[in-house]
Amino acid sequence: MESYIEPVAQFFGAAWPLVWSLLKIVGIIAPLFLCVAYLTLAERKVIGYMQVRIGPNRVGPYGLLQPIADGVKLLLKEIIIPSGANKSLFIIGPVLALGPALAAWAVVPFSEGWVIGNVDAGLLFLLAITSIEVYGVIIAAWASNSKYAFLGGMRAAAQMVSYEIAMGFALVCVLMISSSLNLTDIVNNQNKGQFADMGLSVLSWNWIPLFPMFIVYLISGIAETNRAPFDVVEGESEIVAGHMVEYSGMAFALFFLGEYANMILVSALTSILFLGGWLSPVGFLPDGFIWLALKTSFILFLFLWFRATFPRFRYDHIMRLGWKVFIPLTLFWVVVVAVWVMSPLSIWK
Amino acid sequence: MDFQAVVFYFLATVVVLASLRVITAKNPVHAALFLVLAFFSAGGIWMLLHAEFLAIALVMVYVGAVMVLFLFVVMMLDINLERIRQGFWSYLPIGALIGILMLAEMVVVLGSRYFGLEHVPQPAEFPAGYSNTKELGRLLYTDYVYPFELASIVLLVAMIAAVALTLRKRKSVKALDPAKQIAVKRDDRVRIVSMDAEKK
Repeated sequence: MESYIEPVAQFFGAAWPLVWSLLKIVGIIAPLFLCVAYLTLAERKVIGYMQVRIGPNRVGPYGLLQPIADGVKLLLKEIIIPSGANKSLFIIGPVLALGPALAAWAVVPFSEGWVIGNVDAGLLFLLAITSIEVYGVIIAAWASNSKYAFLGGMRAAAQMVSYEIAMGFALVCVLMISSSLNLTDIVNNQNKGQFADMGLSVLSWNWIPLFPMFIVYLISGIAETNRAPFDVVEGESEIVAGHMVEYSGMAFALFFLGEYANMILVSALTSILFLGGWLSPVGFLPDGFIWLALKTSFILFLFLWFRATFPRFRYDHIMRLGWKVFIPLTLFWVVVVAVWVMSPLSIWK
Repeated sequence: MDFQAVVFYFLATVVVLASLRVITAKNPVHAALFLVLAFFSAGGIWMLLHAEFLAIALVMVYVGAVMVLFLFVVMMLDINLERIRQGFWSYLPIGALIGILMLAEMVVVLGSRYFGLEHVPQPAEFPAGYSNTKELGRLLYTDYVYPFELASIVLLVAMIAAVALTLRKRKSVKALDPAKQIAVKRDDRVRIVSMDAEKK
């Protein structure tokens, strides 16, 4: 591998670090978009089977080319900019909705050493980047100059800001027991302890000692990505797709891609923070990227399963769950974990 | 000029231009968004100074929370731009005076001759594995623990006061209590009445 890279590196000279970073970014973004495309197909298939339907099966064998067809359709459609809209912000909105969802992958480790930026403040970086996501929604909602879009945007922004707090406190618990903000260290710390020594690392992952936080993080993740049953943001029956109502063609597709990219991000983060990332659950199987992919797929399946199962929450119930249930619960659990870590009963020494 | 210098000048240019647009933009929403851009780029500059915790905290707190709420308010208000601009000339003298005073103070503080910047030694190279976040945490919770706790108490008081100010009972609110809703039994709502069939 090294011998192949060396002559190319010499060809680019001083620009090589930049080129190499760009190549690594493409290496993550391109498969990510493929995953997003096939996640939409998986969603339609999974929900189809849950509702005793077949789902898309017309384009290609088993409907496997359906996402490609959808992509081409969206690319060829006209982008209509409403005459009353604020043109520049109208275009920036969807870009800002997708951008942070991609930028966050910079610190996500896929396996030991497989990470673009192995930064020590990785968890903080993630918190900051995911808090910017809300701008895409707000800007799109305001720039559309439409009441439906504005109401939807307000709902989305309020929901995302509220659930971010609970997610943040859940992350505080994780970083306290890992005593590190580096995501690679957080994963490696989950491979220590009594059970990991016995070859059962599945029992030493964070999801057992931090079970309430795991559940809170998972549910907040669903609310944060505005997925069912917390999808009042789109609310077809009352505000017809919310902040996306004025968008067409590729501009709409960017929101769509952003939502699915965020789903994959939240699932990958849940796997890394609570389910041991790329660690294998039992000692006799090797660790590797495949485990992270499996865990992420399982959580993505939960997203789809919830969508097929639960009816939509009413908006005041969503807010109540966020502010009156999750935030007090996480605040209390932060104290519990802090005491636990400092006490002689600590299992993370 | 090395890579860091290029990044610094790029970020600095964005900060200056965005800050200028904050005060010159006619639309208040645009002004608020330019402020967001300025915060974000300033965060980038701090990152260049190895102050990653402060940079990320700036983005998280100001960009992610404060400016979102700010935008909420600005977007909801129906601001009449004509009326805001009416008093421009009458306020100009006092505004200019304050501006010049602030500029003079900044020149005094930042001008290297008065501040002795040339006597400040070159900062030491950071050792490998240096974590700005860890150092900051260690200092805050050891050397500066009392001022830090005091500041957090002041913030807590301000927070409770803000909540208390908005806390009022309105009678017209139709909010439901989910606990009461769940506690409802069938017998509370439904009454089975047994009646004889009507005779024809």
